[in-house]
Amino acid sequence: MNSGAMPQEPAEGWAVRRARRGLWALAGERLLEGLIYLCGISAIVFVLGIFFFVFREAFPVLGKENFSLTQFLFSEQWYPTSATNKRYGVLAMIAGTLSVTALAMVLAVPFGLGAAIYISEFCGSRVKETLKIVIELLAAIPSVVWGFVGLTVMSRLIVQYTGAPVGVNILNGGIILALMSVPIIVSIGEDALKAVPDQYREAGIALGATRWQLVWRVLLPAAKTGLLAAVLLGVGRAVGETMAVLMATGHAVHIPHSLLDSVRTLTANIAAELGEAPEGSDHYRVLFLTGVLLFTLTFIVNLTADFIVRGIRKK
Amino acid sequence: MSSSSSQRFTATPLSRRKARQEALARWIFCGMAVAMIVPLLLIVGYLFERAWPSLSLSFLLEVPARGMTEGGIWPALVGTIYLVFLSLAVSAPIGILAAVYLNEYAGDHWFNRLINLAVINLAGVPSIVHALFGLGAFVYAARFGYSIVSASLTLAIMTLPVIIASTREALASVPRSFREACWNVGATRWQTIRAVVLPNSISGILTGVILQVSRAAGETAPIMFTGAVFYKVVQKGDFFAYGLHQQCMALSMHLYTLSTQVPGVKESIPFATAVVLLGAVLLVNATAIALRVYLRARKRW
Repeated sequence: MNSGAMPQEPAEGWAVRRARRGLWALAGERLLEGLIYLCGISAIVFVLGIFFFVFREAFPVLGKENFSLTQFLFSEQWYPTSATNKRYGVLAMIAGTLSVTALAMVLAVPFGLGAAIYISEFCGSRVKETLKIVIELLAAIPSVVWGFVGLTVMSRLIVQYTGAPVGVNILNGGIILALMSVPIIVSIGEDALKAVPDQYREAGIALGATRWQLVWRVLLPAAKTGLLAAVLLGVGRAVGETMAVLMATGHAVHIPHSLLDSVRTLTANIAAELGEAPEGSDHYRVLFLTGVLLFTLTFIVNLTADFIVRGIRKK
Repeated sequence: MSSSSSQRFTATPLSRRKARQEALARWIFCGMAVAMIVPLLLIVGYLFERAWPSLSLSFLLEVPARGMTEGGIWPALVGTIYLVFLSLAVSAPIGILAAVYLNEYAGDHWFNRLINLAVINLAGVPSIVHALFGLGAFVYAARFGYSIVSASLTLAIMTLPVIIASTREALASVPRSFREACWNVGATRWQTIRAVVLPNSISGILTGVILQVSRAAGETAPIMFTGAVFYKVVQKGDFFAYGLHQQCMALSMHLYTLSTQVPGVKESIPFATAVVLLGAVLLVNATAIALRVYLRARKRW
């Protein structure tokens, strides 16, 4: 009917009335989209850049005849400034990192997962919102403040209650790191629990299960991979933490034998000695090599956690 | 009828046991949640109490005196402000555009999954490795030297994932139908983003930027070897104290220095520095949270 009334109008009018954008506007849009793309790939550039620049500073030491990679990884002799026989072994620092991280996880995992379960399953929505805000604030506390707390408050408490000669030791660093990694465990753990379908809960309650039975028999098995990812991210945070452990674990380079021994971690070692190592010296390059080691370690941990999380999301 | 209903609700040993079990579980988990919060409150309270003798406006405005054993924190405060805003100026545009790419342009492609992995790993790189990177790349390779520029760039790269993650979240919360409506009237992708997506998510993006500020203000390790310095002479109340190619003091670094390297500091000064740093960071975060809660309450879709 319409076409009968005005047979040729549409095609012609269409061509005339069509809005055209100027060449500059089109070019500008192209340019902007190019910029957006560049920013999009910037994350890859930065990760590769970090690896490249850290490795570049470390690389020359690998070829030196007085340096061997096996000695670097498996010797506990760290004498970078010795006049006669310089030795660069970071085993003691690896042991330090592992012991502090392990203690932190022993403390943080039960509390973190417990809090995640409480937030996700037991409390009302108001309490839930409040707790989540508190956790966010807890996560925001700068690491140097945690270190300061370890140095002043925690060390005094430890000396008072355990009778240890010094208060800055594995126990101190472990507690501080636990407090620092709890927020990430709680928030990722809560996400994992939230991802469990509500039908599971309803089915459990319909069978007459208590909440505790529901958590233990249904939710934990269903969310276990997500909770594992939460723990892994907590480990990643604890391994990479620098200032807090620098200030709270003491500075003894040796393999620890008890919780009250002072240790030095890989991160703290870099932070403590980089300022004194002259640029281009072997000592300086070995510190960068430690950085490569740390980068690789956290890379693996984060990648594993990500694959686990992604696996869940696909399901 | 009444007998049957009373029958139904009579407590049996089993139901009593289950109720006990339930209450016990609730208290245990509640205890675990509380065990997380109590240390926070105790620590903040203790720091505040010890810092009280030094806390005053003049503490913020004075310069350190007598080998940093007395006086205030003005140079460190100004230095932190410089570092935060310079790093923000670099990381906010890159981060926001990166998030726009990831959320609006990128499809499910192996390369884009690689970008996601890179973002996640960038967030997980230890801060001291960022410091090494900053030293190798900006201080030496780019010849910026130990300067505010080097330190800010290092901070910018470190805090980039914070902005990317929160901006993506903000963009993703804009319903897809908004975009489809805009595409259907003939708008291009970028026109849609500018006219519909960004205006609807700007406040969420702002939250992310605020979080970046708090993160950048608190970091110590990345700036320690790239541009922060123990002490620098600055006039009291001078806001334009540093040039971009100079080194500067920073609050977080100042706290570290005071508590580990300087003997004979008046006792309340490091505590007061810690309280100022902690207070600033928590205040900024609280602002971000308040903004988010407010926006969620008045969201129209």
